[in-house]
Amino acid sequence: MAYLDHAATTPMLPEALAAYVATAGELGNASSLHAPGRRARRLVEEARERIAAALGARPSEVIFTSGGTESDNLAVKGVFWARRDADPARTRVIASSIEHHAVIDAVEWLVGHERAAVTWLPVDEVGRVEVDALRAALDRYGDQVALVTAMWANNEVGTVQPVAELAGACARYRVPLHTDAVQAISQVPIDFAASGVAAMTVTGHKLGGPIGVGALVLGRDVDCTPLLHGGGQERDVRSGTLDVPGIVAFAASVEAAVKARSAYVARVGGIRDLLVARVRDAVPTALLNGDPVDRLPGNAHFSFPGCEGDALLLLLDAQGIACSTGSACSAGVAQPSHVLLAMGADDDRARSSLRFSLGHTSTLADVTALVDALPAAVERAGRAGAVRAARG
Amino acid sequence: MSGGVDSAVAAARAVDAGYDVTGVHLALARNPKTYRSGARGCCTLEDARDARRAADVIGIPFYVWDMADRFHEDVVDDFVAEYAAGRTPNPCLRCNEKIKFAAVLDRALALGFDAVVTGHHARLGDDGLLRRSVDAAKDQSYVLAVLRPEQIAHAMFPIGDTGKVDVRTEAAQRGLAVAEKPDSHDICFIADGDTHGFLRGRLGAQPGPIVDAASGDVVGGHDGAYAFTVGQRRGLRVGVPAADGRPRYVLDVSPVTRTVTVGPAELLDVDVVVGGSPTWCGPVPALPFAGLAQLRAHGAPIPCSADMDGDSLVVRLDESARGIAPGQTVVLYDDDRVIGSATIQRATSSQRASATSST
Repeated sequence: MAYLDHAATTPMLPEALAAYVATAGELGNASSLHAPGRRARRLVEEARERIAAALGARPSEVIFTSGGTESDNLAVKGVFWARRDADPARTRVIASSIEHHAVIDAVEWLVGHERAAVTWLPVDEVGRVEVDALRAALDRYGDQVALVTAMWANNEVGTVQPVAELAGACARYRVPLHTDAVQAISQVPIDFAASGVAAMTVTGHKLGGPIGVGALVLGRDVDCTPLLHGGGQERDVRSGTLDVPGIVAFAASVEAAVKARSAYVARVGGIRDLLVARVRDAVPTALLNGDPVDRLPGNAHFSFPGCEGDALLLLLDAQGIACSTGSACSAGVAQPSHVLLAMGADDDRARSSLRFSLGHTSTLADVTALVDALPAAVERAGRAGAVRAARG
Repeated sequence: MSGGVDSAVAAARAVDAGYDVTGVHLALARNPKTYRSGARGCCTLEDARDARRAADVIGIPFYVWDMADRFHEDVVDDFVAEYAAGRTPNPCLRCNEKIKFAAVLDRALALGFDAVVTGHHARLGDDGLLRRSVDAAKDQSYVLAVLRPEQIAHAMFPIGDTGKVDVRTEAAQRGLAVAEKPDSHDICFIADGDTHGFLRGRLGAQPGPIVDAASGDVVGGHDGAYAFTVGQRRGLRVGVPAADGRPRYVLDVSPVTRTVTVGPAELLDVDVVVGGSPTWCGPVPALPFAGLAQLRAHGAPIPCSADMDGDSLVVRLDESARGIAPGQTVVLYDDDRVIGSATIQRATSSQRASATSST
């Protein structure tokens, strides 16, 4: 099998798995006062410190959650609520138009249920958020804005975003910036304190940790109303018994991924560059989406004109090659990618796209397997696309 | 794979027969949001989940194919237009003709597959010709009689040699959780079963008179002729009793004048059925053809002779049938073999001067 869907989830790193197994047998609720509880608490706090150190944050800024979706919801809704409570005029969210659905749907929920206003920031043709559009929106709405949310790197097309510039624009208006850094953590340099970001979403399973644990890195001075109420864990921002083995394994993965980043970027980026070149050789009509240079090293994203992405996925899957058409929908019905549509692609180009994402277990053999199977799959998917098109 | 027991067992049998099988569930609701949170979204998601679980157990890949636009154009819009025109369509026939063995089959062939396998209760003989299921009560050959030979050549019906009870037993033996799932009967795109309400929502109120066939008198009114089908008795709400005191039935629906004509049951008896251009499922039969005609999905077959009159198929029944509506389909059988089908344009009685017809 050639697994080319590391952006969906990537295998656990050996050190993370070992940490999980070693900890899972331990007894103790980290909120308990007795000795087993204190032992569990110590493991959690050491993990928090390791993650904070790896990400350039203070330990108290690391709020453990169940993962990316929860962290995004907590940041978007929680910061919105807190800012509006402090100043009822602040009811507007500014969001990039290429966010993950965990952000988009949270923003739309605020619009539908909390009467929030929203400004969607456009992107250019490579999927890069237009900083001038943010400046213009802040000039116009500065004193009405609750928060700005813009991801660090796009999960579909891989384009790395101008986070420093976005944060700089926000700072001038003293507006908090949330960024979803789920895809970026192991692939681009990140220093939370230096970035000027107020809140940052991270998750374990995209970088070799377990599924079901993540964090919101939340600046000390950023107010955030909780989504979950209960025992008051995590600065009273996120109640719930702490997942000790998950957190310890998450810390191991963050630490390992950040430490190995330079080598990872060189090795995985090299395989990715070869993949792009060989896909273009094999299928000359293929169009690379996203920023050709400033993109995640593990990401390659193409449109195959005349083909439907989900037909290609089926055919490649049958050849043992796992890839993705973009964000999966719960019912399994392929929708044209909102990211590509925001980049100005037409519906056909958006539907004809496929993402190949690499990770720490990727090898050149994966590229070879893909390139061996791809031309026949494109030929067949093209016929299926023609059947559809002929009908009009 | 609908999520039901029949398609699950059909898929399993196709695997057993040595084929390389991929499971496909069709997403047919147009607004994808209904799959996530709509009123009937839960049922649709549940069916998709059941189909996925069956595919897991069988050990085959599984995908959802979005056929919502095609389904809406070819089945739902057709269904509404047929009722608006005073006819009584069978959407399952259209779905087989236009979706399962057209849109799905064409896509499958283009992708390199050889056939579409379904859980229909029907058989393909060694001669490759379409036949009834061995389970007469569950036979679905009627709704497949719209298929042309080139469609049937790429169809497989693995469970047609097995009764429904045995299909359920086999599903249980295979560990398929859908073994006990109840059969679906309703029109799949009318979730609450309220066809009249569905049509009213799309066609609006179209009030008109209910007229007695014998006297010509207006005996009542209605909100839309599309709510009535030939042979219907219930829901007439006729204020004036019939002269003879006997129950009255819908004899004719004329959407242009919005008139629903009612009369006694015997005026529903017909023995000549005229259909449009027929679809032959296999070789074109020698004409005139003597065999059996079936006029409803679960109607009894009636001995008949059939011949062409220009482009029309004329079927003469040896015994009369009651309440045959334009828009329904007449299917011809030679014993248990499906010969072909035609959409009924009008049905008349050779005994009566007066004829029921549709404009």
